[in-house]
Amino acid sequence: MSDTLLKTPLHALHQSLGAKMAPFAGYDMPVQYPLGVLKEHLHTREKAGLFDVSHMGQASLVGSDHETTASALETLVPGEIKKLGVGRQRLTVLLNDKGGILDDLMVSRTETDGRLNIVVNGACKENDFAYLNERLPADVKLERFDARGLLALQGPKAAEVLAKHAPDAADIKFMSFAEMMIGDIAAVVTRGGYTGEDGFEISIAGEDTEKLARLLLSDADVEPIGLGARDSLRLEAGMCLYGHDLNEETSPVEGNIAFTIGKRRRAEGGFPGADRIQKELADGPSRLRVGILPEGRAPAREGAEIQSADGEKIGVVTSGGFGPTVGGPVAMGYVDTAQAASGTNIQLIVRGKALAAKVADMPFAQHRYFRG
Amino acid sequence: MSIKYTNDHEWAKEDGGVYVIGISAHAAEQLGDVVFVELPEVGKTFAKGDDMAVVESVKAASDVYAPISGEVVEVNQSVVDEPAKVNEDAMGAAWFVKLKASNPGELDEMMDEAAYKEFAENS
Repeated sequence: MSDTLLKTPLHALHQSLGAKMAPFAGYDMPVQYPLGVLKEHLHTREKAGLFDVSHMGQASLVGSDHETTASALETLVPGEIKKLGVGRQRLTVLLNDKGGILDDLMVSRTETDGRLNIVVNGACKENDFAYLNERLPADVKLERFDARGLLALQGPKAAEVLAKHAPDAADIKFMSFAEMMIGDIAAVVTRGGYTGEDGFEISIAGEDTEKLARLLLSDADVEPIGLGARDSLRLEAGMCLYGHDLNEETSPVEGNIAFTIGKRRRAEGGFPGADRIQKELADGPSRLRVGILPEGRAPAREGAEIQSADGEKIGVVTSGGFGPTVGGPVAMGYVDTAQAASGTNIQLIVRGKALAAKVADMPFAQHRYFRG
Repeated sequence: MSIKYTNDHEWAKEDGGVYVIGISAHAAEQLGDVVFVELPEVGKTFAKGDDMAVVESVKAASDVYAPISGEVVEVNQSVVDEPAKVNEDAMGAAWFVKLKASNPGELDEMMDEAAYKEFAENS
């Protein structure tokens, strides 16, 4: 079994750091280090955490000019790509013909005219790339960067730490990126991440990945962080995990990520499943992803049934657990839109018992981005 | 008598005519930081192997099974109030419940310290 798992460029480093490894997205990945999920989570919120996200799919879409490449991608995503500025990044979703989400992805516009960079989820990348190859016109090519590494440095100390080796990094604004040297390592540095904290995602050549990781980990403020804390951090930040909170059935409107649909695109359509999505935008979806705060201390986890205060089934929990920063259980899930207002009393069925809970605004832990 | 263990990493130890039950230090370490413990009510009876309690880390929930049959005569509210105690002292202050055994002979089927140590190392 483990023979068939892929390894990131940091595999040996994870093992030498004492990580507990487990299969994730086809890779042998660190779930936690000796510090443990709880302390890794809190350390990231307090100082800075380093995450190996090299399992994610990095690629470029290349056409003759921006109009060509952006137009091609816009046939598959509802995001505003044509007007994406050079050096800017945006989250959008890859859609199937029913308006369901095949993946969520980051799209960046590079300085090279006609070249967009994308980052997709590791577990989805083979399907995504096959879909892109099948659907993109012949004059727009997909270039995969399977050998590249991707590290995330997240937390309130991230900018200070990175600026010691790359002073310009401190000036990058949220959802923007720049190419720069980190020490003697050539990197593409994007401000943003998956924790709700200020931070960076850093793309480097595969062979430079361990060197950069060691450089950043040598800082007293930086600890390595595993997938366990990555999940609790993104859950508190109200962010979706594909395959759990989003899937091929859910639309971006139902998923409460309608911000991934550009304003012009809402009117014009021209993306897969536009009929459904435009109708949901106009009339409201029948169900909606919401935040949930259980009232007691018992966590409600993925799959827990959600009932109205009257005991009628209205949905299901798609992510849930203990939020270390919140200091109690947090969850998200889909409920009938009529019950989706913040503050609505609901019940969660955990081990056969109904636990009182409320629909709650997300994020559960305040976002702290650097907007300049 | 000495402490005894199950395959599911519970321990039991006789104390003044009742049996103190908890989860092993090895189990606590494997779980990671414990953030939630749910214990049964006093007076509830369990057969050996029944779901008796729940212990949860940030990532996952685990059932705790009754290692022997019996009636709950006392529960340790302090681990409910401070679940992190399970990581600090699983074999001592962070016991879960005390059971009045209905069939003390069941203890004979459990592992002793040396056998459990070997079991835990290889599991």
